[in-house]
Amino acid sequence: MSAYVIRRLLSVVPITIGVMLITFFVFRVVGGNPAYRIAGKNATPARIAQISHERGYDKPLFLNFRQFPTQLLDAQFPQLCSNLLRLDFGRSFVTKQRVSTMLREGVGPSLCVTTPLFFIELFLGVGLALLAAYYRNTWIDRSLVLLSVMGMSISSLVYIMLAQYWLASVWRLFPVWGFESPRYLILPVLVGVIAGVGGELRFYRTVMLDEMYQDYVRTARAKGVSSRGILFHHVLRNALIPILTNVIIAIPFLYTGALLLENFFGIPGLGRLTVMALFNFDDDVVFATTFIGSIMFVLFNALTDIAYTWADPRIRLK
Amino acid sequence: MSTAPEQPQTVTASASPEGLWTIAWRQLRRNRLAMICLTILCVYTATWVYAEGVYWSAKIRGAVPDYKISHYENRNQPPSLPHPLGTNFAGRDNLKQLIQGTRIAFELGLLTSLIVIPLGFALGALAGYFGGKLDSVIVYLYSVVASVPDILLIMSITYVTRAAVERSAAMQSVTRYIDAGLLSICVGMGFTGWVGLCRIIRGEYFKHRERQYVLAARALGASNASIIFRHIMPNVSHLVIINFSLRFPGLILTEVVLSYLGIGIAAEPSWGTIINDAKQRLWLGNWWELAGATIAMFFLVLALNLFGDALRDALDPKLRIAEGKTA
Repeated sequence: MSAYVIRRLLSVVPITIGVMLITFFVFRVVGGNPAYRIAGKNATPARIAQISHERGYDKPLFLNFRQFPTQLLDAQFPQLCSNLLRLDFGRSFVTKQRVSTMLREGVGPSLCVTTPLFFIELFLGVGLALLAAYYRNTWIDRSLVLLSVMGMSISSLVYIMLAQYWLASVWRLFPVWGFESPRYLILPVLVGVIAGVGGELRFYRTVMLDEMYQDYVRTARAKGVSSRGILFHHVLRNALIPILTNVIIAIPFLYTGALLLENFFGIPGLGRLTVMALFNFDDDVVFATTFIGSIMFVLFNALTDIAYTWADPRIRLK
Repeated sequence: MSTAPEQPQTVTASASPEGLWTIAWRQLRRNRLAMICLTILCVYTATWVYAEGVYWSAKIRGAVPDYKISHYENRNQPPSLPHPLGTNFAGRDNLKQLIQGTRIAFELGLLTSLIVIPLGFALGALAGYFGGKLDSVIVYLYSVVASVPDILLIMSITYVTRAAVERSAAMQSVTRYIDAGLLSICVGMGFTGWVGLCRIIRGEYFKHRERQYVLAARALGASNASIIFRHIMPNVSHLVIINFSLRFPGLILTEVVLSYLGIGIAAEPSWGTIINDAKQRLWLGNWWELAGATIAMFFLVLALNLFGDALRDALDPKLRIAEGKTA
C-alpha cells in the first residue's frame, strides 16, 4: 500500500514535465519569440534584441550545444523548469508584478465563487439523483432527466447573459458586476449552479441506477428492507466511490477558478487572470497557472485512488 | 428464457445473420424519443446541406453571399414577415445567419473529428493491442494531455494556431476555403479531444486481443496489421460513432465560449459569434438575436444528446457515460 502511494506521488514528476513541455511548445516554439509581442508593433530590432536578452528568449530552446558540456542546461526549457521547481514564477511583463503575488491575490476571489458553487452543486446533484433513483421510471424521474438534458443544451453564456439582464438589470435583485460584498457572489453562484447541476444529476443518477440493479439490493428487498432504507443505507453507500471520484477530481478546478463566471461578473480571480494572460501572451503567468493546476490534478487523482481503499475495503492497490 | 421443454425449438437459419446495426436499428425504432431526435437531426442535416449550397454557389460565382450583405436601412428590426427572426446591427437577416451557423456547427464537428478519430483510434488501438512499452508511452501521453485543464489547452492551441495560420503564406490557400478561426478551433479541440476516444478504444483492443477469434486469426497467420484493422476494428467501430454523437454537442457549446473569448470564428456567422454579438444588443431590448441562436443551438444539442444516449444503449448497453463535463 505505502509503496503504491509513493509510486503514485512520484508519477507527478513525469506528468508535470510533460505538461510543461506541451505548454512550452505551444507558447515558445509555435508561438515564436515572445519579445515581439512584448515590444509591440513598432519595435526596433535593437529593442527586441534587448528584451530577448533580458528575459532569456535568445537562448536555445531545449539544450545548449553551443557551450557543450559545461552549460548544456543553459537553455529556455531547463531554466523554466528549475525556476518553477524553486517556485520562482518570474514577473509578468504586462502588470510588472511578481506572478506569485498575482496568484496569491487571485486565489481568494476564485475560492469565494467556486467553493459555494461546488458544494451547492454536489448536494443538489446527489439529492436530485436520489429522488430520480427512488422514483425511477416514473414521470418524476423522466422529467428530471429530460430537464437536466435540456438545461445542458443551453450555453452557459446564455444563462449568464439572461441572469445579468433579467435578475440584475431589469429586476435589480443583485449587483451586475464587481467583487465588493457577499451580495456580489450570489448571482455568479446561482448561474453556475443552474448551468452545472444538470450534468451532475445525470451522472449521479446513472451511478445510483447501476447500484439499484445489483444483487445485494434484491437480497435486501427480499429481507424486507424498506425502499427508503435500501436507497440510503445500501445504494448511497455503494455509490460513494464514483461520487468520491467526481468530488476529489473537481477540487483542483476550485483553484483554477471559474473562467466564464469570473470574466462576466468581474471577479478578480485566477480564472480571469489566466484568460487575461492568454490574451496578452503573458507566458510567465500561463506557465505558473498550468504548472500548479497540473500538479494539483495529478495529486488529487492519486488521492482518489487512495480514497477508494477507504470507501471500499475490497479494493487492494498494488 | 421460459420455453416449454416439450416443444422443439425451431431455428430458422437465414442466409446472413442479423448484424449489430440491424438489431440496434430495431431497438432504436421502438424508442419514440430517439426517433423524434433523429427527425430533428435530419432537419438540421438538410439545413446544413442547403447552407453549404448557398455558401459554395456564392464562392464559385465570386460574389458576396446573400447573408453577408448589409442593409443598414433596416437594421435591428424585430421579427416581421420578410424577416421572420428579425435583423441584426447591419440589417442582415437573422434567419439566414442562423442557417449559416448550422453549417459552421456541422463543419466544426466534422473537421474536429478528422483529427480526433484517426488520432484517438490509432493511438488507442496501438496501445491496447501491443501493450508493453508502447502502451506506457501512449498512456503517459494522454495522461499529460488530460492533466492540463481542458479549456486552457483548447484556448492556447487555438490562439497559437490562429496566429500561425494568419502569419504563414502557405496556409493562405487553405484559409481561402476554410475560415481561419474555424480551422484553429478545430485544431485546438482536435488535439485535446482525442483522449476520451483513445481510452475507450485502448480498453476494447485490450479485451479483444485475447478473444478466441483473434487467436484463431493469428493461428492462421494473420499479420498484426490485418488483425488490428480487419478483425478487431469492425467489432469496435460502433464506439467511434457513439463517441462522436456524444462529443458533438460539447464542441458546439465550447465554440460559443471560444467566440466569447475572442478566439472564435473570424468572418462567418457561427452561433457563438451571433450570441456574442447579441450580448450588447440584449441591453437595448433586441431579444430576437439571442433567442434565435439559443433555440437553434438548443434543439441540435438536445437531439444529439438524447439520440447519442439512445444509440449507446442500443449498440452497447454495457458502456456507461465515460465522458467528462464540457465547458
